Amino acid sequence: MKAPLSWLKDYVDIDVTAQELTEKLFSCGLEVEELIYVGAEIDRCVVGRIEHIEKHPDADKLKICKLNCGGFGSDIQIVTGADNVKEGDLVPVALDGSSLHNGVKIKKGKLRGVESCGMLCSGEELGINDDWYEGAEVNGILILHDDVPLGTDIKKVVGLDDYIFDIAVTANRPDCQSVYGLAREVAAVLGKTLAPLDLGYKTGEFGTCDRVSVTVEASDLCPRYIAHYVRDLKIEKSPQWLRRRLALCGLRSINNVVDITNFVLLELGQPMHAFDLAHVEGSKICVRRAKDGEKITTLDEKEFTLTGENLVIADGEKPVALAGVMGGLNSGISEDTKEVLFESAKFERANIRRTSRKLGQKSDSSARFEKGVDAYTTGIAINRALDLIEELGCGKIAKDRFDIGMTKIEPKTVKTSVSQIDAILGIEVPKADICDILKRLNFSVTAKGDALTVTVPAYREDVDGYPDIAEEVIRMYGYDHIEGTFLKSAAVTNGGLSAQQRLEERAKAALRGQGYCEIITYSFISRKDYELIRMEDALAGAIRIRNPIGEDMSVMRTTLAPSMLSTLVRNVRRGNEAARLFELARIYLAKELPLSQDPEERKTIAVGLYGAGEDFFSAKGAFEAVADEFGLHFTYVPAQKPFLHPGKTAEVMLGSVCVGYLGELAPDIAEELSVETALYLGELDYAAIEKCAGGALKYQPLPKFAEVRRDLALVASEEVTCAQAEQVIRESCKYVTRVHLFDVYRSAQVGEGKKSMAFSLTFTPHEKAIAPEDADGYIRRIVKSLREKLGMELR
Amino acid sequence: MKEQIESIRKELDELAAKDMAGAATSRELYELKMEYLGKTGKISALSKGMRDVSAEERPEMGKLVGQLRARAEELFDACEKTLKKRELSQKIASEKIDVTMPARFAETGSVHPVSLVKQELIDIFAGMGFDVFEGPEIERDYYNFQALNIPADHPARDMQDTFFITGEYLLRSQTSSGQIRVMEQKKPPIKVLSPGRVYRSDSDATHSPMFHQMEGLVVDKGITLNDLKGMLDEFARRMFTSETKTRLRPSYFPFTEPSVEVDLSCSACGGKGCRICKGTGWIEVLGAGVVNRRVLENCGIDPDEYTGFAFGMGLERIAMIKYGIGDIRLLFENDVRFLKQFKG
Repeated sequence: MKAPLSWLKDYVDIDVTAQELTEKLFSCGLEVEELIYVGAEIDRCVVGRIEHIEKHPDADKLKICKLNCGGFGSDIQIVTGADNVKEGDLVPVALDGSSLHNGVKIKKGKLRGVESCGMLCSGEELGINDDWYEGAEVNGILILHDDVPLGTDIKKVVGLDDYIFDIAVTANRPDCQSVYGLAREVAAVLGKTLAPLDLGYKTGEFGTCDRVSVTVEASDLCPRYIAHYVRDLKIEKSPQWLRRRLALCGLRSINNVVDITNFVLLELGQPMHAFDLAHVEGSKICVRRAKDGEKITTLDEKEFTLTGENLVIADGEKPVALAGVMGGLNSGISEDTKEVLFESAKFERANIRRTSRKLGQKSDSSARFEKGVDAYTTGIAINRALDLIEELGCGKIAKDRFDIGMTKIEPKTVKTSVSQIDAILGIEVPKADICDILKRLNFSVTAKGDALTVTVPAYREDVDGYPDIAEEVIRMYGYDHIEGTFLKSAAVTNGGLSAQQRLEERAKAALRGQGYCEIITYSFISRKDYELIRMEDALAGAIRIRNPIGEDMSVMRTTLAPSMLSTLVRNVRRGNEAARLFELARIYLAKELPLSQDPEERKTIAVGLYGAGEDFFSAKGAFEAVADEFGLHFTYVPAQKPFLHPGKTAEVMLGSVCVGYLGELAPDIAEELSVETALYLGELDYAAIEKCAGGALKYQPLPKFAEVRRDLALVASEEVTCAQAEQVIRESCKYVTRVHLFDVYRSAQVGEGKKSMAFSLTFTPHEKAIAPEDADGYIRRIVKSLREKLGMELR
Repeated sequence: MKEQIESIRKELDELAAKDMAGAATSRELYELKMEYLGKTGKISALSKGMRDVSAEERPEMGKLVGQLRARAEELFDACEKTLKKRELSQKIASEKIDVTMPARFAETGSVHPVSLVKQELIDIFAGMGFDVFEGPEIERDYYNFQALNIPADHPARDMQDTFFITGEYLLRSQTSSGQIRVMEQKKPPIKVLSPGRVYRSDSDATHSPMFHQMEGLVVDKGITLNDLKGMLDEFARRMFTSETKTRLRPSYFPFTEPSVEVDLSCSACGGKGCRICKGTGWIEVLGAGVVNRRVLENCGIDPDEYTGFAFGMGLERIAMIKYGIGDIRLLFENDVRFLKQFKG
């Protein structure tokens, strides 16, 4: 909300600087996001009188002027090319070293050999138009028509010596979305009285009701509707003061009637509308829901097809306005308008919001209605508009009006007490201060002992309970009175992560221990990501965002792989030699689409890596690190994934359940991505393994007898896997506690299609020591089983 | 015989005086030792020569030879010790390595800065008795808005540009949704943190369409604004510096009443005003307030018996302030050179 200082000063005697006011407003909840000095660009530009003009000796189009700028010099020579100046004119003079609009700097210089100590300015060079100062748009120098002392700063003359407070108004304070609303706050903050609005006007001998009939059919969507008839209109330019006010707030002046509606919107926050009655069929106005399929073309010449959800103002035949959003093109004010019906209404904000969103049509009016307009202000605003009609002398006002709906506003009363307010705040605010603060804010207070009966101003629809009252008190009393205490009366609770949450931290720590850096990527990915990993089929079951920022962030991911892949690729492209990355995040699995029950949000770990020395088995190390931390045993089964190398991919099994996969990125995808290093990636269903993580720790007695280690080298055919051999070894001897493949060797000597596998076995004794000859026996048994089951031979 | 013994003794003494003829290595010393004490050495030769000594002289000679042998052994042992010592020092001296050569170690990974902030916050608040609750990210309108006193078409909905899945489901725009879920499940006393991903349709140098928040909620008897201030003071001191101060100022959230915006004194300049705090000395860090009575009622908690406060903060924002990160997008690019700077 933008409020000019000069406008606020109409209503409050502001005796502090704009900067001081900014501070005060900030501490009471109105954050001035920007304090704009309107004439910030203009410096050292003053009023001067042209005392003498003579022709430039060497240039036909140039004139040499002598200027009297009062204290700045009475004989300043300036060369100008303008031809609209004459001796005796008062003009804006940009002195040597001055700055103008758009950063223009003026310095003393010579024009065709004649010294010029500055520049005479046009309105454009001051950044103003006729709305600021009549004549600013003429082609040439701005000729001032006010009698102002020479040497006066030009900013004071043309309205640029002003501040704009750009205030962030919170959603609960629609009453502050107006200059007068802010003036109320300023008055309260400064402890000043607020000047009343001019609301009086004289009426003619004719009535609104004689000219037009007004009905409200959809009273649920229109709690209050006021219509007042004005005739004998003279549509003309608005006076300078009004146009300058609009200009300060960034609006262009149109004509007096339209300007009045805009002025009232700015001053009171009540959107107003004026219907040209010449275009209202049947002298009838009806506030009703649109008929399905009914059409309207709004002032900006856009056509909309409406439904019963949209509220319209209709005449006897057709909609003439999209209620609260924009007037119809058919009933707008034109130069020929002779009579209007002024509308001031409260429309239900939710409906305006829906209509505005659905149709994609916004306006200052709809923005204001969406925030909420109070029925009290609706009544004030029409009077203010009529007062301005009278002040501008632009029409005759009817003696009566239609006022339908909430015509009487019952003031809200909140019963509370000093102790109740203190309890919520935790400090003792003296009763006198409470009463004083509330009165400054226009609440009326009756105090009886501790009890307070507070009557809420009609425009404060946000206040409806004692916490609101407490909030009003503390924001004016000052939050610096709040002193930190430490839960004096609260019960002691035992906090911290649950065992399950700690487990997650352990999984992450285990991965970090292996050199993996944690990444965080967006939860939404795109169709293209699924295409890249050749998993377009999975898209059908994925949850889509209805209003994504873009297609690339529109699908709630059902796999972390694409995000990990693109992170790896980004690192490769940036020239990072190696990376080990992991992410622990959720994937989103719909039980059915469209969603009608909560989807599963499954915590998943993604692992990705590349770099010198990295291979499938280093990736596998990440999974083993987690398994080790959780006391789990994973097995790995060769598998196929559409985006992974068919020979270098495994599914990760926990018992008989698949809990993940890992592998090398398929070389054709790597080529597509122009990545020359091998990338490895995998995913682990964290939610599944979390459930199986080892329980409470329990000490196992240390073995009483020494462990025995034996190495074993065997020749096997290529098809035999390490896992198969290990399984046979373990099954053959219950004392085997560790089987480690430490070498695989292929040569002509070993034989075509064969390999030598060297295992290191550890035997752990149970009740008695293992003698060397016992171990020999175990080895014989193991070798026999390996031969029988897998065709392996001792080397 | 006696002369021979005497001459060998002299020889030995002379040798000893000259460090065993300057034997430089154990090997040389050994060879010298063998010259006297070896099987064919001079002293052994004397022992063998005893056969030729008369029976009367034999005991005396035997004794003298024994003494000589003992003497020789003593001398050689002493020398050997010195030599070993010297040899060891030489060996040690020759074994100097370049300790600045690279170590062999497996570099550990790193914690994402947002996780780092999250962990630190959990640590701080866990010590004050807070549990941690994680709610769903795909949330129902009821939990994200309605139960938080934001009915349909309420203007407060515009405070957050929300991503919708269906009319009913959306991506939570605030972790405040966790408040409701906690209060539905648990009765006071409640102290809970609710961290997690949240989503808003906004993307630039300071806004990301996905970011993290941490919501804190306390509901108990007699909780006041002072308690909120006290707790946030403690948080500020521990998260930033012991000098960090908090400042409350009025604000608005539909689910708290009164609502405050909480600023921290800028830890970069100590509150004097700098580029980071835009010259104000304060940095806006979180929103908070006294839990709105309607929110408590929505969760079946009697607002006349219990009161509470809630606060919510953006973890990216805290990470950016704490670690001096200028652009939020860096946090989601996951460049390994960036990530490795954050070892927790």
